[in-house]
Amino acid sequence: MLIRRKPDLTEADVTDPAWYARRREFLQGTAALLLTAGGLRPARAGHGGRRLDFRPRPDLAVPDALTDYTDVTTYNNFYEFGTDKASPAELAGRLTTDPWSVTVDGEVARPGTYALEDLLKPHPLEERIYRLRCVERWSMVIPWIGFPLADLITRVEPTSRAKYVAFTTLYRPEEMPGQRRHVLDWPYVEGLRMDEAMHPLTLLAVGLYGEVLPNQNGAPLRLVVPWKYGFKSIKSIVRIHFSERQPMTTWHKAAPHEYGFYANVNPEVDHPRWSQKRERRIGEFRKRKTLPFNGYAEQVAHLYAGMDLRRFF
Amino acid sequence: MDAERMARLRLLVFVAALAPALWLAWALFADRLGANPFEALTRRSGEWTLRFLLLTLLMTPLRDWTGWRWPVRLRRMLGLYAFFYGTLHLFTWLWFDQFFDWPAIVEEIVKRPFITAGMGALLILLALAATSTRGMMRRLGRRWKPLHRMVYVAVLLAVLHHFWLVKADLLWPTIYAVIAGALLGHRLWRRVRRPGRLPAATALSRS
Ligand code: HEM
Repeated sequence: MLIRRKPDLTEADVTDPAWYARRREFLQGTAALLLTAGGLRPARAGHGGRRLDFRPRPDLAVPDALTDYTDVTTYNNFYEFGTDKASPAELAGRLTTDPWSVTVDGEVARPGTYALEDLLKPHPLEERIYRLRCVERWSMVIPWIGFPLADLITRVEPTSRAKYVAFTTLYRPEEMPGQRRHVLDWPYVEGLRMDEAMHPLTLLAVGLYGEVLPNQNGAPLRLVVPWKYGFKSIKSIVRIHFSERQPMTTWHKAAPHEYGFYANVNPEVDHPRWSQKRERRIGEFRKRKTLPFNGYAEQVAHLYAGMDLRRFF
Repeated sequence: MDAERMARLRLLVFVAALAPALWLAWALFADRLGANPFEALTRRSGEWTLRFLLLTLLMTPLRDWTGWRWPVRLRRMLGLYAFFYGTLHLFTWLWFDQFFDWPAIVEEIVKRPFITAGMGALLILLALAATSTRGMMRRLGRRWKPLHRMVYVAVLLAVLHHFWLVKADLLWPTIYAVIAGALLGHRLWRRVRRPGRLPAATALSRS
């Protein structure tokens, strides 16, 4: 699949130290590099996972170069498998993702525990290329396969009292060794305001790079909210709960002054320990300027009209 | 230990202590540092700084426990290595994280307590490295020892730096803090138990 895109290389891409480019060249082969430089995306060869059927959504694809598959799948914050970024790729292999079921409950007309297949069946998959910005000042560009969360929400018919959606990650210390230590208050919980959850950019992902999600990336079902810091995009979801009150979320509970409920990408609001003005795109040398709402301001800024984003960080 | 064996030991330690830096340089070019190699450089060099600082502080207790004299004779080299890795650590941050944006750097040092603590620790190491020669020892005379006791402050700042920078997992900062606590505790205990006596004499009389 060759998709033509407009060339988007900036000065910064060109001025990377030459040896750094060579390092990538060494990894990817010259062909891939030349194609990227020419504004073409290399055909995405298989990476060993099960292929998915999907429809590309070029209208929802950022023009930036994709982050290397290897980097996307070996540099992960998934504390359920350990706190360093290499652990998930090493340890997530033994996670059982089939069978899998997801409980939908709370303020909803059609609660229940759904087998993953049943949950996914009605939803055609599409590929969207999103930026992912981690609160730790690094970012990636990832071709996700998934469907809008809004479609699922509509299907389960939340009541008028549903103002928030909370998601819970699997708790299974036998298979998730990171959960054997109380680093965070397991199980991991994240949440969105209803209008954020219903936003067309908010994605439930089941795959990346054309294949089912590798376990370390949150198989079999994860959230992707591209305008928020990565920790909002909860992995390996087993519960979706609708509520009237704002849910208590895991990182917010762990350090309330460092991680807010909203966690919108915002270069103007520092993390207490670092500035959020810049980020390192994985695979690049120079840092990039971080964009408000991670570059999705046009689509999402209205959700927060009139809110003090310093207070609701 | 005779002079020749001491010289050989020194050479061995010198090479061994340089190995992590050589490995890091090799790993950077061989793409063995993962997806974010520059962040990895900062982290690994920070860890080695702390390890060498603790190794330096281990030499005196080691002498006290064993009666051997060679550990103390390695102390200066190990301390200089702590400074070397600390400088590398700072430099990776100045370059790959801040890209020599000096106003931003000053702001970070003032604004972020973990950076302030790290900077404090490194400045102390700089002062100690600069006064670590025989010439400086002679020139400073009686003031040399109290000055070099500042290494205790440096290690406390380094441990604080580590605690303040981690996101949620306090395991490693705690491990290093316990080691630092034991090494500093040994000195306190020695003072309380044998006030006024030379540590070397203590060690000899016990062995
Ligand atoms: C004696 C002095 C210092 C020691 C012993 C030290 C030690 C450490 C250690 C152990 C780490 C953690 C590495 C890890 O996460 O595995 C670290 C990280 C770090 N240090 Fe230092 N450090 C010192 C001085 C400094 C200075 C002077 C600066 C900057 C001005 C600095 C900036 C940082 C930064 C930015 C990180 C990485 C934080 C992160 O990636 O989350 N350190 N240091």
